[in-house]
Amino acid sequence: METVIKVENLTRRFGDFVAVDHINFEVQSGEVIGYLGPNGSGKTTTIRMLLGLLKPSNGKATVLGYDVFKQSEEIRERVGYMSQKFAIYDDLTTLENLTFYGGVYGINDKARIQQTLELVGLKGHEHTLTRDMSTGWRQRLSLGIALVHEPKLLFLDEPTSGVDPTARRAFWDLIYQLAEGGVTILVTTHYMDEAEYCERVAVMRDGKLLAMDTPTNLKKSIITGDVWEVYANPLEQGLEILATLDGVERVGLAGDHLRVISSRVDKESMQSVLSANGIRVEKIERGEPTLEDVFLSLAR
Amino acid sequence: MTDYLVNATGLKKSFGATRAVDDVSLQVKAGEIYGLVGSDGAGKTTTMRLLVGALLQDAGEVSVCGYDIQKQTEQARAQIGYLSQRFSMYEDLTVLENIRFFAEIRGLSQTEWLPRSMEILEFVGLGKFKDRRAGQLSGGMKQKLGLATALVTRPRLLLLDEPTTGVDPVTRQDFWQLVIKLVSQPASLNVERSTFNDESLSNTQHGVSVIISTPYMDEASRCHRVGFMKAGKIIAEDTPSNLRARLNGRVLELRGSPINVLRHVAHQDEDVEDVAAFGDKLHVRIRAGKSELVMGRLPDEIKSAGGTLIDLRVIPPALEDVFIALSER
Repeated sequence: METVIKVENLTRRFGDFVAVDHINFEVQSGEVIGYLGPNGSGKTTTIRMLLGLLKPSNGKATVLGYDVFKQSEEIRERVGYMSQKFAIYDDLTTLENLTFYGGVYGINDKARIQQTLELVGLKGHEHTLTRDMSTGWRQRLSLGIALVHEPKLLFLDEPTSGVDPTARRAFWDLIYQLAEGGVTILVTTHYMDEAEYCERVAVMRDGKLLAMDTPTNLKKSIITGDVWEVYANPLEQGLEILATLDGVERVGLAGDHLRVISSRVDKESMQSVLSANGIRVEKIERGEPTLEDVFLSLAR
Repeated sequence: MTDYLVNATGLKKSFGATRAVDDVSLQVKAGEIYGLVGSDGAGKTTTMRLLVGALLQDAGEVSVCGYDIQKQTEQARAQIGYLSQRFSMYEDLTVLENIRFFAEIRGLSQTEWLPRSMEILEFVGLGKFKDRRAGQLSGGMKQKLGLATALVTRPRLLLLDEPTTGVDPVTRQDFWQLVIKLVSQPASLNVERSTFNDESLSNTQHGVSVIISTPYMDEASRCHRVGFMKAGKIIAEDTPSNLRARLNGRVLELRGSPINVLRHVAHQDEDVEDVAAFGDKLHVRIRAGKSELVMGRLPDEIKSAGGTLIDLRVIPPALEDVFIALSER
């Protein structure tokens, strides 16, 4: 396996503000990486450095073997970038958009344009004006534009924001098809639905890379306590009482019940303390840790 | 039927030849969070706009707190707070000035709006930022300001149209905690004035009802009930756990290597309906009643295709599995 991204002590300051603070990681070819973090945690700054658009203040990074400092043009020729707010020309057709952006990359090969259309499932819609297409289809076109020059590495910035699960599933099938063909993919997202699809997930906060591992391992290593689903009434008083219990790491409202993460409190003691305070307990069940639990415990 | 805060029956709305909403009925109780999910163009936003009275239905009726949205529009609207996907605010006004503006156009008097606004700002956690210009707020804070302006008139019904698109998980968690608090609180924030047309409703313990549309299943799973929309119809409606139970025993998790081989083998099995890759695992949905058969033969099929199976087990279905199964029907 070949190392596609190698980041060593990568740092970027804006004045006194450290946007990216000595981060280290490696990505191998064909991996699908989820890159998570609250707004302002340094995700986009990292990607901009990896694209060679922004110079690091310290540290170094290589992308596809090229130095992001000195060889940014080589990198940009070989990577694809799809941003959430990508400019598609609304008054052009699918084919016209793809041909235009192909031209920007110096791709004038009609067969390649057709191949890309087919790959993203827009064959038969070449002549549809993009303003008449659904969000899901527009997203496929954006992906097509990012893929037209056959990049070996693809950066996707919140690619499926606002897209329904069916379209998202189709989109991810395509991502895995690309990964099978050896394309490496790095995705930023705010949605845990989506992060669950990734092979490895990185979590950033305040410019630091807090963790990077498979979803399964992250759940195991970060959520060491037990997860409980507590159905009780009234809910809010229940929340306040459980929050003060020694050994409870987090309590949150989860719709019609409470979600508790705790290493030292068992079912019986929750039951008795709630009952003692006049809270009616319907049931307490074991729950499964989620990536959202991981994110919330790292990001706070 | 008097128990319902929102009661919509037989709603229809066409745009030209497109039946955007096709015979939708939905009832929401006080204190309930109802999630409206569905693909792009399934009719979610049109339904919302019919409920708020922004569109005139071709057929059917909507009542909010007992008021008919078309015949008693003013009274019905006074009960509704609406946060649209792209709500507008004045970026060069402060947080408090924005709320004041919305409060005054909704007819709140000077003695009413200030204490009410401060109470709401404290509730959403913007109290400290009341004098900050809206343009200087972070994305999450803007969203909370949007929620605050929707709440300033003490609505009984809150309509949220994809409110968290593009918002990070920490902020979304905060936002949801606020929404759940709002419906689970015995009305301290909400029902100080009795505005109910219907006597039986004013006795209910809970305050606000919420109807929220979202494309994200992690959000839908926080709702008390979820309605799946497809082609203008609600094709399924139930609690998240009952919806998930529809696929009980039919979702398998596969781990092994190479994952591509496992994927292709699973795809080729005639009783497999859907395969999705989740990083180092596959989730496979099986035709009803066939799980045992498939679990019996998959290990051999994988082996003869040159793959190694590490783990194969039945897992609890996710709401997303249900969504996809329903969309395919």
